[in-house]
Amino acid sequence: MKILVPVKRVIDYNVKVRVKADNTGVELANVKMSMNPFDEIAVEEALRIKEAGNAEEIIVVSIGPAQAQETLRTALAMGADRAILVKTDDLVEPLAVAKILKAIVAEETPELVILGKQAIDDDCNQTGQMLAALLEWPQGTFASEVKLGEGTVNVTREVDGGLETVKLTLPAVVTADLRLNEPRYASLPNIMKAKRKPLDTKEPSDYGVDTARRLTTLKVEEPAKRASGIIVENIAELVTKLRDEAGVI
Amino acid sequence: MPTYSAPVKDIKFLLHDYFNLQKLEHIPAFAEATPDLLDAILDEAAKINENVFQPLNLSGDGQGCRLEDGKVITPDGFKEAYAQYLEGGWQGMTGDVKYGGQGLPQTLGLLLNEIMVSANWGFAMYPGLTKGATESIYAWGTDEQKEKYLPKMYSAEWAGTMNLTEPHCGTDLGLLTTKAVPQDDGSYKITGTKIFISAGDHDLTENIIHLVLAKIPGGPDGVKGISLFIVPRDIINDDGSVGANNGVSCGSLEEKMGIHSNATCVMNYDEATGYLLGDKHKGMKAMFTMMNEARLGVAIQGLAIAEVAQQNAVAYANDRLQGRALTGPQNPDAKADPIMVHPDVRRMLMTNRAFIEGSRAMTVWAGILVDTTREHPDEAEREKAEELLALITPVLKSYLTDQGVEAASRALQCFGGHGYIREWGMEQFLRDSRIAPIYEGTNGIQAMDLIGRKLPANGGAAIRAYFEMVQTFIDDNKTNDALSNYMPGLEKANGRLQAASMWLMQNGMSNPNNAGAGAHYYLNLLALVTMAYFWADMAKKAHEMIAAGEGDKEFLENKLITADFFYGHMLPETAALKAKIEAGATSVMGLDAHSF
Ligand SMILES: Cc1cc2nc3c(=O)[nH]c(=O)nc-3n(C[C@H](O)[C@H](O)[C@H](O)COP(=O)(O)OP(=O)(O)OC[C@H]3O[C@@H](n4cnc5c(N)ncnc54)[C@H](O)[C@@H]3O)c2cc1C
Ligand SMILES: Cc1cc2nc3c(=O)[nH]c(=O)nc-3n(C[C@H](O)[C@H](O)[C@H](O)COP(=O)(O)OP(=O)(O)OC[C@H]3O[C@@H](n4cnc5c(N)ncnc54)[C@H](O)[C@@H]3O)c2cc1C
Repeated sequence: MKILVPVKRVIDYNVKVRVKADNTGVELANVKMSMNPFDEIAVEEALRIKEAGNAEEIIVVSIGPAQAQETLRTALAMGADRAILVKTDDLVEPLAVAKILKAIVAEETPELVILGKQAIDDDCNQTGQMLAALLEWPQGTFASEVKLGEGTVNVTREVDGGLETVKLTLPAVVTADLRLNEPRYASLPNIMKAKRKPLDTKEPSDYGVDTARRLTTLKVEEPAKRASGIIVENIAELVTKLRDEAGVI
Repeated sequence: MPTYSAPVKDIKFLLHDYFNLQKLEHIPAFAEATPDLLDAILDEAAKINENVFQPLNLSGDGQGCRLEDGKVITPDGFKEAYAQYLEGGWQGMTGDVKYGGQGLPQTLGLLLNEIMVSANWGFAMYPGLTKGATESIYAWGTDEQKEKYLPKMYSAEWAGTMNLTEPHCGTDLGLLTTKAVPQDDGSYKITGTKIFISAGDHDLTENIIHLVLAKIPGGPDGVKGISLFIVPRDIINDDGSVGANNGVSCGSLEEKMGIHSNATCVMNYDEATGYLLGDKHKGMKAMFTMMNEARLGVAIQGLAIAEVAQQNAVAYANDRLQGRALTGPQNPDAKADPIMVHPDVRRMLMTNRAFIEGSRAMTVWAGILVDTTREHPDEAEREKAEELLALITPVLKSYLTDQGVEAASRALQCFGGHGYIREWGMEQFLRDSRIAPIYEGTNGIQAMDLIGRKLPANGGAAIRAYFEMVQTFIDDNKTNDALSNYMPGLEKANGRLQAASMWLMQNGMSNPNNAGAGAHYYLNLLALVTMAYFWADMAKKAHEMIAAGEGDKEFLENKLITADFFYGHMLPETAALKAKIEAGATSVMGLDAHSF
């Protein structure tokens, strides 16, 4: 079977994010960008499935600017077989991403789509769910374990109460949580080979998808600075302050 | 715990913007190395170094190596980290593709070396010595030897070492006594004791290939009678598998000041089977192939330790609140300002910064020279590069490692008392840094090499080519207004270097002690002029990019400020160096030895 893994280029998790002076968004110029960490986990899981002999091909896809090519090359260097870049400079919302992915699924006919559970830039946590709905496929989100069966996949999910295991009939959508695996480092020979692996470039219009935004961002602000704390004399004073001043109890 | 993040941005500026490696595509190694590939390699190397090797640095220092049943055990985690290094295929990066290498430029190899030493010096030395050994085997080995050893060493399955030093001889290798007795089958029996052998034994690889300097009985005296041998720790069977021990053992481990996680071994060779590498009695020549590259590798250790120490000092200086800025409170909500506001703290951090970025440019230059000497299609270009490289290698080795110690010390100073306390890791950086001025030819020997060998070589061709390079730059840019902060300073410093060269030529012949006494100063003078050249040229590039609206403006403007700092606060040292050279040897040599 084929596995499709969408990967997103996001601001690197080590970067201290700065808000633009005009409050329209965060500063992206000259900032280090990397593959969304949850997507790295998704790529790793696909590789392990392939290495266990349960998949023949891994296709990675990214929807974003020309530089998202670098992110795709990273996935190819990890071991994915080929890549599709859907090039757009727009900020694409989860629903439009899901629609593009649906069209790619129709072309590529994978039996499994593994996504990161969310991207660390906008924290939407929607794309996988929307894609499953559009495809009318079962979904296993927040996966901490993925086990393939005969025409099925068991997904252990990290839910509030603990772990829940669901059995999905393939084809299916899985989204990766942090503990699913620890992604590998790309080896030098594979980084060099990745240069020669196929990478197709498309546009959203090739899939008949309109990426115009449906949401309007009013304002982006830094979180409020933490005010300095105070030391209370005793429990009674703490309770009074929590009730009367903070209004939290 | 100290942290580290590879200086990928500065490296990319040097590779893509300043040196523009793309224009070197006529050199085969660079043709493959397109910018996107270099970036992908740097980014991935940064990750494994930051996340796998660096976290073992402090613990490796605390635990050190131990000797159990004649075998060296490396600190916890080193085996696993090495397995990841091997898995990553990094060792063969610059090796010939014919033997399983990746054929990438040495320039890139030097930069990744910097990253690895910053992350974990003691760990980095294991692969580092293997690299040195493969360079020698590649340069001097027979086809058969290359086929036997290189693939397993490029893959990091086998490690390598270099064995020069003996108890009674370090600098003066002519005194060495390890002997190599010829056998009927063309091999030799090696017997003797070597000391201070880095990575002499460890548990990271299946075999260790020692390169050993020894004397064949009946050969010429002194350095002219030394030959180089390949001596595997364990015998290699005809089918390539590893067999029994070859009479090679680690007698003991040294207790030492720094690089605790790297085993420094006493090595005993007891009729071990060795194979001649290169020609009989030409061992020094063969060893120098390894030494010259290894000297650049050690130079980079100075840069690398400065970089990681600086990163931690900067973080601390932004965090530590102590005292108020001289110009009034900068952080009125708190009782004190971050120490970053104090000019004296800035002095230390800026000195380190100017040193680090300036020497990184110098090492990339040296790397390009290495690649040019090996692969440039034009013989005249190869020769010119060889001359400049020979001249600049001792300069980099000595200046960068001396300053590496100073930079680590300044970074420690920014921590106040906490710099002296183990858990912050700053004192480890200082201890680790201290070996680099000693090994691979002490810095005193580098200065002697520069003055005694490199300057007069080939009728002074190298220093003439060097002066031509600097002078051409001065002539071309003298009237460039954007460089008015730099050109007068560069011209003056270059004049001092020329005058000092003249003085040494005139006074060093009549009394060699004049040359010996001034050698260290002269080397530093040459280093500073070279750094000044690169700072002015980098400033030029930064100006051009800002004017063209290219690149990261803040990054480029910071280059200009750092260039200003170098010219105002560091380059004036050249005046003092010239004066010290011209003071001559009289007072240096005046005291009777018994009067000390
Ligand atoms: C941690 C560590 C790791 C090492 N790793 C290796 C290794 O892997 N392989 C290996 O073979 N060796 C290794 N060495 C040895 C190292 O290369 C030598 O210590 C070094 O070459 C100096 O030799 P020495 O210690 O005998 O000092 P000496 O030669 O005794 O020198 C003492 C001092 O005298 C000065 N001096 C000596 N001769 C002259 C001269 N002619 N002119 C001016 N000054 C002079 C020196 O500069 C130095 O300051 C290592 C050493 C250490 C400490
Ligand atoms: C082994 C050891 C023994 C010690 N023994 C004693 C002892 O017996 N008794 C005792 O009381 N203390 C002792 N100390 C503490 C020692 O005196 C302090 O560490 C020292 O005064 C520096 O203070 P600090 O560590 O808080 O550094 P900080 O004050 O935080 O200084 C950090 C850096 O900022 C610089 N800096 C700070 N303020 C300014 C400013 N206004 N202008 C310019 N630069 C500034 C400093 O020069 C330093 O480089 C000891 C420390 C050690 C490590």
